[in-house]
Amino acid sequence: MKRLGAALAVAAVALAAAACGSGGDGGDGGGAASGEPVKLRFLSLAWQKESIEANKEIVADWNKANPNIQVEYVQGSWDNVNDQLVTSFEAGDPPDVIHDDSPALSSFASRGFLLDLTGKIPAELQSDIPQAAWDTVTFSDGKSGQGVYGVPFLQESQVLIANKKLLDDAGVRIPTPDSPWTWDEFADVSKKLTKKGTYGVAWPMKSPVNKVLNLALNFGGTFFDTQDGKTTVKVGPQEREVLQRIHDQLYTDKSADPSALGMGTADPLPGFFAGKYAIVPAGVYLRQQVAEQAPDGFQWVTLPPLKGQTSQQGAVSQTLSVAADSKHPDEAVKFIAYFLNGPNQAKLAKGDWLLPTSTSAAKISALTTEENGWDVATASAKDLVVAPFLKVNGFDEWKSKVATPAMQEYFADKISLDELAKRLVEEGNKVLERYSR
Amino acid sequence: MTRALKYLALLGYVAFLSFPLLWLLSTALKTPQEMAALDPTWIPRRPTLANFADAFAEQDLVGAGLRSLVVAVATALITVALALPAAYALARFRGVAGKIAIGWVLVSQVFPVVLIIIPLFMVLRRLELVNTLAGLTVVHVTFVMPFALWMLRGYVRAVPRELEEAASVDGAGRLRALAAVVAPLLAPGVVATLLFSFISSWNEFMFALVILKDPEVETLPLTLVRFVGPEGVARLGPLAAASLLATVPSLVFFAIIQRRLRSGLMAGAVKG
Repeated sequence: MKRLGAALAVAAVALAAAACGSGGDGGDGGGAASGEPVKLRFLSLAWQKESIEANKEIVADWNKANPNIQVEYVQGSWDNVNDQLVTSFEAGDPPDVIHDDSPALSSFASRGFLLDLTGKIPAELQSDIPQAAWDTVTFSDGKSGQGVYGVPFLQESQVLIANKKLLDDAGVRIPTPDSPWTWDEFADVSKKLTKKGTYGVAWPMKSPVNKVLNLALNFGGTFFDTQDGKTTVKVGPQEREVLQRIHDQLYTDKSADPSALGMGTADPLPGFFAGKYAIVPAGVYLRQQVAEQAPDGFQWVTLPPLKGQTSQQGAVSQTLSVAADSKHPDEAVKFIAYFLNGPNQAKLAKGDWLLPTSTSAAKISALTTEENGWDVATASAKDLVVAPFLKVNGFDEWKSKVATPAMQEYFADKISLDELAKRLVEEGNKVLERYSR
Repeated sequence: MTRALKYLALLGYVAFLSFPLLWLLSTALKTPQEMAALDPTWIPRRPTLANFADAFAEQDLVGAGLRSLVVAVATALITVALALPAAYALARFRGVAGKIAIGWVLVSQVFPVVLIIIPLFMVLRRLELVNTLAGLTVVHVTFVMPFALWMLRGYVRAVPRELEEAASVDGAGRLRALAAVVAPLLAPGVVATLLFSFISSWNEFMFALVILKDPEVETLPLTLVRFVGPEGVARLGPLAAASLLATVPSLVFFAIIQRRLRSGLMAGAVKG
């Protein structure tokens, strides 16, 4: 028995010692021996069929043209990419090129996991992407400076997807990118479209925060105020507009279906196809699901984003970054520059039904055709500006612990707008304070 | 009447248990349009195999399935092979060391996976087992072992010590008594532990996500999650088709091993 105890103790110590080791070397090594091609691992989050095909095709083209820099396509998934990345960063063995979205980059950047790409991006790619998009990937380096921690390449705007027949039957004006509906007009139209068995609109609010914060910019609502490096939450008249208007549609006008509130983004589609809802506000990518799932003969149309004081919306972007631990950062940047050139961005945008950040890609005819509302979707990119919450340290915790439950209660009509504002500010500031110490 | 009620209750129970599988089958055979219909249908109006074709075309389901099978079978066999003698020792030889060992087994279940995953990764990297099925198997065995040990210990304790003593009175040595008397009685427990270990490994996602980095070595749970996009939006058709296929090896394994479970029970009864 004593021997058993001793053996267990030795095994435990050995395991602990090994576990506490720095990791150091021992990985698959990055430094290719002389003459061998450099190998890069590219973690892609493409998931739609056409998008995966486009990704693989571009990687294959690159590998063919660059025998000395071979890229391995590794497919990840949005559901768990951050778990995967955190563990691989901490263990010192991350992929060389990383696909993610801009909100995730902030904390990775401040912890030194990502390479600062400032001055490393070729001028052609740099100038092809507008500054507003670059702003979505510019973050604190965790010390005293700022850096660019990814190349933004796909963006999403909120549009309206509508049942064309119901709009025509109601005789309402069909908005265009040059003459969008105002929120007032949208409220009127929603009321007109509401009849027995049909609601004007379905607001899927299972995850309401980003949607509300992005739309709030229509009225100049930013929800956060940063002064002297300290960020606080603010919910003034500008921030209240969108919240109040959606609430009014639900409970005053009764032109929005309260039963849709608990739904995720794609969940209202069966009701939409059945004529239960005339309009579904959604990200542009939902058009893919509509195109694929709509019954034969169903006529639908993509309508431009709503206008408040402006049509501005907060934007986040999908990005490609280089891991700070990559053994081949220069080659990784070269690959990204090729992967995200204009024609390739157009392919990727088409495959994911999103908007390219590249101005040259946005002009490509496939992205300006009327088919499936591409012209309207692409035009909406001009009003995308950096989402104010993107730069807020602690936003994720504020969102999950404070804003999501509070907004869900508000939209369920269980608390008033004043109570919502109070909770967002008071409880929110307590959360944010911890991040500013 | 009582018998009819029993059958009715059994039928209801079977229907309840098989509901997810039947719904998966129904979904896998539907067109996107039918899947998005407001009134769901049990039997697809226009059954299609397109979802299966898409799932196979987009992901290496066969390769991933084979790799999962290798890891799960190896995990089940190694776990039981290592846990059985340990369980026997812990059940039969009670002392301070045994109590400490059992306490350690229980404590090992307390740590959340996320806490141990990075140190574990570093250990595997030093052993050059990252990105290998062998590495994943080692982790799965380690992960499954405590509970398997606990299960088997219970089964061993359920075998009366007097049976071994009776065998020794009849002239059998310890090993003979173990092989001829204890082993048949333990068979159902061993089979149940094999099943538990197999299923735990077959379904495991988090360790596989972190340890396996190249597409050439990834297991089935990693492949299935590729059909899920941001904000929970999923490509339901291919996902249902792939998930349905992913259940087949488990069902086959169950079907094969369940017979052994039955024969083990009977063998135990005869010997007892």
